[in-house]
Amino acid sequence: MALLETTGLTASYGDFQALFGVDITVGIGETIAIIGANGAGKTTLMRSISGVLANAAGSILYRDEPIGALPAPDILARGIAMVPEGRKLFPSLSVEENLLIGRYGRKVDGPWTLDSIFALFPILKERRHNPSTALSGGQQQMVAIGRALMSNPEVLLCDEISLGLAPVVVRDIYAAFPRIRETGASIVIVEQDIAQALKVADRVYCMMEGRVTLSGAAADLSRDDIHKAYFGTEHHELA
Amino acid sequence: MNWLDTILQGVLLGGLYALFAAGLSLVFGIMRLVNLAHGDLIVLAAFLILVLVTALGLNPFVAAVIAMPLMFAIGWALQYFLLNRTLGKDILPPLLVTFGLSIVIQNGLLESFSADSRRVFAGSLESASVNLGPVTAGIMPLMTFFSAVAVIVCLNQLIYRTSVGRAFRATSDDPVTAGLMGIRPQRIFAMATGLAMVVVTIAALYLGTRANFDPTSGPARLIYAFEAVIIGGLGSLWGTLAGGIILGVAQTVGAAINPEWQILAGHLAFLAVLLFKPRGLFPRAVD
Repeated sequence: MALLETTGLTASYGDFQALFGVDITVGIGETIAIIGANGAGKTTLMRSISGVLANAAGSILYRDEPIGALPAPDILARGIAMVPEGRKLFPSLSVEENLLIGRYGRKVDGPWTLDSIFALFPILKERRHNPSTALSGGQQQMVAIGRALMSNPEVLLCDEISLGLAPVVVRDIYAAFPRIRETGASIVIVEQDIAQALKVADRVYCMMEGRVTLSGAAADLSRDDIHKAYFGTEHHELA
Repeated sequence: MNWLDTILQGVLLGGLYALFAAGLSLVFGIMRLVNLAHGDLIVLAAFLILVLVTALGLNPFVAAVIAMPLMFAIGWALQYFLLNRTLGKDILPPLLVTFGLSIVIQNGLLESFSADSRRVFAGSLESASVNLGPVTAGIMPLMTFFSAVAVIVCLNQLIYRTSVGRAFRATSDDPVTAGLMGIRPQRIFAMATGLAMVVVTIAALYLGTRANFDPTSGPARLIYAFEAVIIGGLGSLWGTLAGGIILGVAQTVGAAINPEWQILAGHLAFLAVLLFKPRGLFPRAVD
């Protein structure tokens, strides 16, 4: 059963249409990678699902219920948390406060607590009382991921988490994903770093100019398929 | 002239100005909203206390405690149903709407209470005083000052030590990302304005027991509040107390030199701070 499903999703910023009938499905416990160049519509898709962007048309179903019209706090309450592009930490809050705000006003049972986030990213425990702005980019990304996990989500949306980070830092951050997967959460990773995304994903969607141009199991996709989908217009349906 | 006494009276007067200003500072700090009706809301709260005192025969302090939740509800509803609609990239709509609200409140009070000056009587407390070595301080001015300190301590505790305070700061930083954390910025803003109205009620208690007020007293209170906030640095609550004290001391020193200079001296102090420290003495970064 699909946990999260978009059908014919279109979204616009004013007159500019950014998504043209996007269909994706995310299964329970599945890790999905959405890859594509700048301007492909990946972030718009994440913003639409997370309730930040009001959808023009199409449907978003979560556990077979429409959630397309819900605002962001209601989407989070259903169990979908997002790590936004650019991390978007709160500069007025310390590292620990940024993590705690991830579960504001809710009691959520689950594996993720302040202690388990500190176990996942030990450096954050050392820096817990520092202002979030005093951290390096990689550490800030860890806070952003930890903050989203604090709500114990069923679906974790990660938008461009490797953007602007050194490869060694990206590797450290991706090292946390097996542990996140162990908790049973579904993960949607939006990436431009294709190699990194393919390592952790079960299935891949490639987007270009607001459309899905390729989808399939990560193991079945060849470099050639991805290259064509990333830069060309052909759509290959695999598996 | 006893300078020590003049400065002490100025510091205590500064407590009243800090109370006028704390709610304004809180609202501005969280949602960047300049509420031009703030002074009129103080006067509205003073009339509410007056009604409770005269109609129910209550002690003014008890009346203020009863007025607090009512003013919280008024502030919450005002923000949620009206002012939230004006917030956005353009700073003009909130200014226009709160300016209009100021006129509505003034005229509503004029209709209801006439233009007569009123006062809330606090009995023997009004004339009670205490000797502090070479100077004497009134009990009410002392209570005003320590209430201002207590209000600022409580607000700082709330903002920096509670989960609601975290939500205030997060929403102030980035309301869209706050939404992703499950925070509803519209409700956070409403709660902040409700809280500001509780502080306004405390300010109104001391305004009403200390001096005469009438339906048109609000704008002058707004100017003092605004000057205290700007002197202290926008969004900084301790800065607001310092701003109130500087304003109060400037006024009493001005009055000691020449009674006609009281108000002018306060404005000159404000302009001097603006000239040399345009962001105020304690801008938000060091709050």
